[in-house]
Formats: sequence, C-alpha cells, structure tokens
Amino acid sequence: MIPLSHYLIVAAVVFGLSLVGLMLNRKNIILLLMCVELMLLAVNTNFIAFAYYMNDTAGEIFVFFILTVAAAEAAIGLALVVLLFRNRGNIDIDQMNQLKG
Amino acid sequence: MLIQQLIFYIFAAIVIGSAVMVVVLNNPVRCALSLVSAFLASAVLWILAYAEFLALVLVLVYVGAVMTLFLFVVMMLNINIVSMKRHFVKYLPFGLITVALLVALMILVIRPEHFNFAHLSGTVNPSVDYSNVERLGRVLYTDYVYAFIIAAILLLVAIVAAIALAHRPPRTRKTQNILKQLLTRPQERVRLHKMPSTPKPNESES
Repeated sequence: MIPLSHYLIVAAVVFGLSLVGLMLNRKNIILLLMCVELMLLAVNTNFIAFAYYMNDTAGEIFVFFILTVAAAEAAIGLALVVLLFRNRGNIDIDQMNQLKG
Repeated sequence: MLIQQLIFYIFAAIVIGSAVMVVVLNNPVRCALSLVSAFLASAVLWILAYAEFLALVLVLVYVGAVMTLFLFVVMMLNINIVSMKRHFVKYLPFGLITVALLVALMILVIRPEHFNFAHLSGTVNPSVDYSNVERLGRVLYTDYVYAFIIAAILLLVAIVAAIALAHRPPRTRKTQNILKQLLTRPQERVRLHKMPSTPKPNESES
C-alpha cells in the first residue's frame, strides 16, 4: 500500500521545482506558462490522492474543473503570447517595461 | 501490492526528473517535451490512485491538446534562444534556498508520522465492476450540475477570447476578394498592341 504522504511529497517537490522555475526564468514567457501548468499538475495530484484515501469523489470533481479552467487559461495565455510577439517582436520578460512601472 | 509500490516510485522519479528538466533546460521545445513526459508519468500515478477517467483526460486534453498548442506556439514564434546561463547562475542560490526551505517545511508537515491516513487507506475497495466514470458521472450531473454548466460557458468564452485575440482582420493578411475577381472584365486585364510580325530590315543589322 502506498502511503498518502508519498503522493503529497511528490506533489510538494514538483510544486517547489515549478516555483524555482518561475523565479529563475526571465527570458521566455512560454516557459512561465509551462511552470504554471506544472504547478497545477502538482495540486491536482494532491486532490487525486486525497480523493482516493478519503474515499470522497469531490476531490476528483475538483480536478475535473481545474483541468477545464487550466485548458482555457492555456489557450488564452498562448493567444496573448502570440499577440505580444506580433506587436513587439520578442517575448522577453525583462523588456516588458512599457508601462514604466 | 509490491508491484504497485515499484510502479509508483519509478513513475514518481520520472515526474520529478521531468520537472527538473523543465526548469533547467534552455530550449523551449525540449522543455515542452519534458512537460509532456511529466504529464504522462503523473497520469500513471493517478491511475494507481484509481482515478482512471481523470488520468485519461489528462493524457487526452493535456498531452493531446494543450501541449500540442504549446509546441505549436513555441515553434511558430521565431524566438532566438539566448543563453540564460548568466541570469540563471545569478538567481540560482536565492531560488534554491527559498524553494528548499518551502519544500522542507511541507515535507516536515506531511510526513507519515504527522499525517497518517493509514486507517482510511482501505476504504476504496475496487471490485471487478468498479467504474470510476460511473461514480464520477453520478455526482457530476446531479450535485455539481451548475458548476458543470458554468465550466461549459467558460470554455465557450475561452474560444471566443482566443479567436478574438489572435485573429487578424483581412486587411493585414492576403485573401481573395471574390467580388473584385467576379467583376473583372477582359478590357481591364488584357491590352492588345499592334506589332509588325517580322522585324524591319534596317533593324536586323543592329
């Protein structure tokens, strides 16, 4: 029997790795979107593990809706990236200072 | 039971290794392919937790649609792959310390002594006629039907938003103008000039 904690530890490690990816990457906004997808995967793994060990289907329903929202988010995010590349010619995060913030 | 544990640890190692590759690789195409391998390996972990339907949805929707979209965008945009080694090395200690503290804290909290669900772990008893799809559908279409409808509307809004953002109007791309083509007359396109059929003798010398 696989303990619940092992699922949670795997999800925590993946979440931390995607967080370090978000912090280190300053050049390519597509890689940021990929790291966000990886974070959502870690969270979904937590939900699946709890749904199995507590014998509750609500966790799987949550994962279902998270997958839906994440697919919509990826589609709109990539459309924004394409628009950004068309207007600016690069997707460099360091050079996004048009608002002078 | 032993074979399940073996599969779990092998595929958990693949998930973590793929996550490392997503973070450290330089080429976005290789990052996307590593992410695909992370999704496939975690689908195996989900199947081990008896969530077959969601594992297959993960493979179909994520690997089949979302990652294909990612690869399409990565390859369509002509991004020059600059080396981010300098930046990477500059921020690596800060990032590693922060994330190591965070992950160590989480593992400290969720380790088996403090977070033990061993008394609950036998509650799912998958018999031969256990159907994950049926169990999911029974609550999805009754208790969560409003959330289901809202998710459908959300997908429609996402389609409209993505098309409205990325669609170019016809003035900036090259399209056929059907009306202009149909209204064309031969007098506008073809001009006939009268020319002598043979060259004149005095021009043939030069």
